[in-house]
Amino acid sequence: MKSNDVILQTATNIVLFIVLMFSVFIFFNGHHEPGGGFIGGLMTSSAVVLLLLAYDLETVKRVLPFDFKIVTAAGLLTAVATGMGSFLFGEPFLSQTYDYFTFPVLGELELATALLFDIGVYLVVIGITLTIIQTIGEDR
Amino acid sequence: MITALHLAIIAPFLAAVFVPILYKMFPNIHTGWFVLAVPAVLFAYFLQYLPVTSNKETVMAVLDWVPSLDIHFNAYVDGLGLLFALLITGIGILVVLYSIYYLSKKTEALHTFYTFLLMFMGAMLGVVLSDNMMVLYMFWEITSLSSFLLIAYWYEREKSLYGALKSMLITVLGGFSMLVGFVLLYSITGTFSIQETIALSSEVVSHELFLPAMLTILLGAFTKSAQFPFHIWLPDAMEAPTPVSAYLHSATMVKAGIYLIARLSPVFAVSGEWLWLVAGFGITTLFWGSFSAVRQTDLKSILAFSTVSQLGMILSMLGVGAAALHFDNLDENLYVGATTAAIFHLINHATFKGSLFMMAGIVDHETGTRDIRRLGGLMTVMPITFTIAVIGGFSMAGLPPFNGFLSKEMFFTAMVEFTEFQLFNVDTFGILFPVLAWIASVFTFIYSMMLIFKTFTGKMQPEKLDVKPHEAPFGMLLSPIILVSLVLVFGFFPNILSYTIIEPAMASILPSLLQEGEQFYVDIYFWHGWTPELYMTLGVIGTGVLLYLGMKKWIGVYRLFPEGLSFNRLYDQTIIQGERMSEKVIGWHMTGYIKDYLLYIFSFFTAALLFTLFYKGAFVVNTENVAPISVYELILAGVLIVSVGIVMFTKSRLKAIIGLGVAGYTVALFFVIFRAPDLALTQLIIETVSVALFLLCFYHLPQISKNLESVRFQAGNFIISAAVGLTITLIGIAASSSRLFDSISGFFPEASYEEAGGKNMVNVILVDFRGFDTMLEILVLGIAAVGIFAMIKLRMAGREQL
Repeated sequence: MKSNDVILQTATNIVLFIVLMFSVFIFFNGHHEPGGGFIGGLMTSSAVVLLLLAYDLETVKRVLPFDFKIVTAAGLLTAVATGMGSFLFGEPFLSQTYDYFTFPVLGELELATALLFDIGVYLVVIGITLTIIQTIGEDR
Repeated sequence: MITALHLAIIAPFLAAVFVPILYKMFPNIHTGWFVLAVPAVLFAYFLQYLPVTSNKETVMAVLDWVPSLDIHFNAYVDGLGLLFALLITGIGILVVLYSIYYLSKKTEALHTFYTFLLMFMGAMLGVVLSDNMMVLYMFWEITSLSSFLLIAYWYEREKSLYGALKSMLITVLGGFSMLVGFVLLYSITGTFSIQETIALSSEVVSHELFLPAMLTILLGAFTKSAQFPFHIWLPDAMEAPTPVSAYLHSATMVKAGIYLIARLSPVFAVSGEWLWLVAGFGITTLFWGSFSAVRQTDLKSILAFSTVSQLGMILSMLGVGAAALHFDNLDENLYVGATTAAIFHLINHATFKGSLFMMAGIVDHETGTRDIRRLGGLMTVMPITFTIAVIGGFSMAGLPPFNGFLSKEMFFTAMVEFTEFQLFNVDTFGILFPVLAWIASVFTFIYSMMLIFKTFTGKMQPEKLDVKPHEAPFGMLLSPIILVSLVLVFGFFPNILSYTIIEPAMASILPSLLQEGEQFYVDIYFWHGWTPELYMTLGVIGTGVLLYLGMKKWIGVYRLFPEGLSFNRLYDQTIIQGERMSEKVIGWHMTGYIKDYLLYIFSFFTAALLFTLFYKGAFVVNTENVAPISVYELILAGVLIVSVGIVMFTKSRLKAIIGLGVAGYTVALFFVIFRAPDLALTQLIIETVSVALFLLCFYHLPQISKNLESVRFQAGNFIISAAVGLTITLIGIAASSSRLFDSISGFFPEASYEEAGGKNMVNVILVDFRGFDTMLEILVLGIAAVGIFAMIKLRMAGREQL
């Protein structure tokens, strides 16, 4: 039963990038506006899920040749490493800090170490969602 | 701040990270050569502290870890800690060197071996150099864990797994009890620092929790140091590769219990219970270990029981040494000698037992067996190994002129003088101590002789050996040769240890005896004159020789002990019965149906919550602060009810999924109305992703059969689901009706901007304020993903029982 999903596929090709970009936006936005690693990660995975629905597992695997278990592990390591990073400054585990910097073009921006930790969360969420979906999807 | 001392403690852990990489990159070089650098550098580093501790100074390097829980990674170097640190790194060098020749780089998984070994080394350094009890406990458990991994190194052997599990269960049981003891101590003193606890010792002694704290900590020390009746794990731990047995199970890890007892002596030792328990268990273990060693036929088993007995001997000396605290005057204090002997023997034991283990490993390596019934006559083929065995064995038996003789004499002195002690009823039962000590020494003499002469003299039986025996390569002999040289050096010049190591260590164990500016004077010498100790030694040798020669006549004594009553049997039965019990309990409630599990969860949930709600009188209805219900909310509630109804009553899966999706999106809309954009966003995406997941799972489910009329009405299920709904509603009403505290909703926006620089307080709470929660949550998620992956990909064939 092969249905014609040209419309879905064409739409996906465009929408995918919008969703992905929005997910990155919402991830960086998290410090001040709604968003953050958890939501951003979920949105990125939902973009991949869209790709999965429009095409199939094999295509997605070709386009995104990551082992998502390793993405999960990388995320966990990032989170732990940022937590331990505070040791270098003689602070207890997971101490976070922030400061304001001026960048060319972008102007003054706030940078927080919490963002690094959030990257870990982001990666873990992507990793686990896609690990689970891929494993269940592959199981035929 | 992190200091060089902290780095020294964690250096082995850091080095362990590189071991697998080096193993892969340089397959032609034995990984051990790289690893050798770690203990060597650390040994040199710790040697620098010798002048410091010899001057009766101590070093404390402070590093805050979790200050809010009073957990500080404070490294503390004093005489006792340094003695152990040198022992760990020094023996570490020799063991790694020996292992390079013992473990073949072609057939063995060297990367795992050295990773575990380094892990152990770091953990052991942590145990002896941490001032904080919680940090000490952490390192203590890592030593148990690495010991478990190393015993199970040849994991395809059934016996290795058995031994590993046994050691793990017994030592972790003790470790856990020790943790309880530390917490009890904390509740008395309010600090986890050992030094501060020692300073408060007078308060501790008079506290009602003193005895429970002491007993629980002693249990930890006894299990770790293989004291009777917990010694049963040590002989089974001999399944580990010989370098591991030499390192962990004779020289270092099993002495962690001794370290702990020595370290905490200033806190507990003034009590009579401490003296009786430590000395009593020690002397019993000494006797039982040496008695059991004689019946063994495996070289390593003999050495294992011998280690058990020697550990008991050191402990009994530490226990008797506690008597010293009842006399203030240092000059006339006889009992200080016991502590001196304990430390001296600790060092001696590491030298001679290490060399003997390595000797046993060489014999095993070159002949293919460790069974003394098959060995014999190796003297001519393995002359160097024989020499090592003679020096090590004679030292263990307590013969002059080796170091074992000196400490054995001091031990006898301590035991004889102990009978003159006037407190705690020692004058009645105290006579048992020298008697048991003497008998145990006779057995020690016998098994030492067995070790040497049954292996190396007599007739060689080449037909019983699988390979043709020959002398070991030089590299393998190097480490035991260094150790037996130390046996000789410490035998002839014991006083090179006295000033540098023994005196500072004693200052750590018996600090209260020292006034300002005072110090211990330790002078060890061979000739005491014709004292009772010397007669005892002569008696040991005479009786020992007679018994050794006439062994066939009395060996039947061992058959008097019924097999069924041993502690090993007790352990095995506990394990078997425990497994049977838990299997029964699990089989009874783990039915494999999600329906049943939900039933347990929900009925417990409603029962517990409803009971608390009404028992505490928490249910109130207060409609004062209630906002008016808007039209949107009514519509959404209606949609929610309808969609949930569809889920319940539809006969098509697709409809059920759509219904569920509608319910989820409606909840998201509720979040929007109540102005929780973060929650709304999350809910929306979660719904989307889970619909996709459901669709994937559909593939695996059978069709709902068409002729299924309707779901049968089940009263029990109905009551429970109604109760769940009722509970949630009641709690919701009660929660919004009662205001016990001021709202925190004003605090968070402000705090998150000022302290974390973020305007989105939800995210700030997630990644900063409660960052630790988030970290563990994503860890749980990761585990769940791996679990799902494992269940699907590595599906077990059929319904295998685990």
